[in-house]
Amino acid sequence: MQFTKAKKQALAESLANAADARTQGRSPWADARRRFLKNRAAVASVVILLLLAILVVAGPWVLPNDFDYTDTSNMGIAPTLEGWHLFGTDDNGRDLLVRTLVGGRVTFMVGLLGTLVSVVIGVTWGAVAGFFGGRIDGLMMRFVDVMYALPFMLFAILLMTFFGRSLTLMFVALGAISWLDMARIVRGQTLALKSKEFVEAAHAIGVSRRAIIFRHIVPNLLGIVVVYATVTIPGVILTESVLSFLGLGVQDPMTSWGVLVQDGSRQMDTAPWMLLIPAAFLSVTMYCANFVGDGLRDALDPKDR
Amino acid sequence: MAEFDKTQPILSVRDIKVHFQVSGGGAEWPWTPKKTLKAVDGVSFDLFAGETLGVVGESGCGKSTLSRAIINLVPATAGEIVWMGKDLLKGSARDWHAVRRDIQMIFQDPLASLNPRMTIAQIIAEPLKTHRPELSDEQVMERVRKMMTRVGLTEQQINRYPHEFSGGQCQRIGIARALILEPKLVICDEPVSALDVSIQAQIINLLKELQREMGLALIFIAHDLAVVKHISDRILVMYLGREMELARKSALYDRPSHPYTRALLSAIPVPDPARERNKTIELLGGDLPSPLNPPSGCVFRTRCPKAEARCAQEKPRLRELDAETQSSCLLA
Repeated sequence: MQFTKAKKQALAESLANAADARTQGRSPWADARRRFLKNRAAVASVVILLLLAILVVAGPWVLPNDFDYTDTSNMGIAPTLEGWHLFGTDDNGRDLLVRTLVGGRVTFMVGLLGTLVSVVIGVTWGAVAGFFGGRIDGLMMRFVDVMYALPFMLFAILLMTFFGRSLTLMFVALGAISWLDMARIVRGQTLALKSKEFVEAAHAIGVSRRAIIFRHIVPNLLGIVVVYATVTIPGVILTESVLSFLGLGVQDPMTSWGVLVQDGSRQMDTAPWMLLIPAAFLSVTMYCANFVGDGLRDALDPKDR
Repeated sequence: MAEFDKTQPILSVRDIKVHFQVSGGGAEWPWTPKKTLKAVDGVSFDLFAGETLGVVGESGCGKSTLSRAIINLVPATAGEIVWMGKDLLKGSARDWHAVRRDIQMIFQDPLASLNPRMTIAQIIAEPLKTHRPELSDEQVMERVRKMMTRVGLTEQQINRYPHEFSGGQCQRIGIARALILEPKLVICDEPVSALDVSIQAQIINLLKELQREMGLALIFIAHDLAVVKHISDRILVMYLGREMELARKSALYDRPSHPYTRALLSAIPVPDPARERNKTIELLGGDLPSPLNPPSGCVFRTRCPKAEARCAQEKPRLRELDAETQSSCLLA
């Protein structure tokens, strides 16, 4: 009897607390954030990525060596504390630590910009195609199919030979392909969303089609877009590495992780660190991006409470 | 509800048709002729201010399509929709936009009809923001708060999200959204069929109360005849996209003129075990025929217990039997 009384009182108290504490609603985003923070691998990956980003941006300013200074007396030395050559030097005598960090800037920028292009163009294209449907949808998606059918390497080589090699052009080439998958995914989701009753309700209210797309459809796509964007980052970085590896990417003395791996692979018998160090940076970044993507996918799934 | 003007309908629907072109499924060539699905095929009725028209019929009979055609969510193929003396089907997009202020809709699935990424305040305020852009944010929020109290929500819930509410509460939010513009007509598309019975009664009573306060006309779609009986003034019975009977509530329940209406009424459970046990249900044989290939003549004849030879030849039209009943049965 006493037990139930105590229990009842506790229940009443907690109910009263809940009533005045919870006037502010818990948004689906707050729920997602809570779930994401519970995922240790994903949180650790975010921390590592942030550290890497800080290192890559600030490192070259702080360190005494220049990324393009050729020190002919110190060519191809192994990692050493002397003269801050922590990662050694390459066969031109340039400090590898600074080169790795500078190359990281390019790689990070490619990853972020390529993904940004993919999100902006892909989401708009896919949402418009899916929402309007019919002939517009057919035309827009056939264009995507045509872009898909172009062999990417050929496309990149053609661009480079016609307009000369430049970093901007590489972004154009990467951007041109990275939004295609996004557009398809977004279109599919939009098709599913537009038959939902809340979109019908918005039509019935008289909300303009533009507002329906950007107020009702796009916010509900964001979950899948965020997840897919984090999967796009490593993809874009990898493509840049391949391009650079083939000599179509960034130009000497500028560098990227892809270029460093390529250079390193030529000396891996005599100087394995030239390959292993940039390769390690590249792989850690990709792993982290994938973990973050996994974490976001789980966190943003509304069925998982 | 006697004060409305009985001479002038606010909404007249004349012989409205909604046909869809569909491909017959399976392996087909692009040039295979499309079939026509007649979801709604010639429905007419008048609706007066402050009145409730119940629309009943089994699943797939075109009730929802009819309601969606009235507010142009589904384009009508033919016919007239006259709103306050103006034919909407001949009007422009701008005319429709103006009319949407006066005709609002409440949906079947309470949760699915609310955007999961918007707060309750944003959801209820959306019609105001769309049609009354001149209102300041404070004015909008004040109206939202008033509306929330009126439909039985508390003000503390204003910043919550739809997934934090029960089905009944979500339907109250949907009602608040539909009524915030003070419309003249609200179309309720099975607003209670997804709710518990006890909650159903609450929502129906809320709707009736608000209707009285605001002088609303309602088109109330349902397949539950008991619910329709409780709320309607007149009832339209539909079958396979066509009208079977349109009658005052009392006339329809006391002396149904159409065999289909009789069958529907006999299927209502009676809350009295003694009477329920002795009751005979006029079971209808067979299934609803495909609307792709409806029977000739009277569409109900294939399942009608009274069908005669002429039912297959003559196409019945709704005709007046007496002041309170219109029926499309040839034999009535």
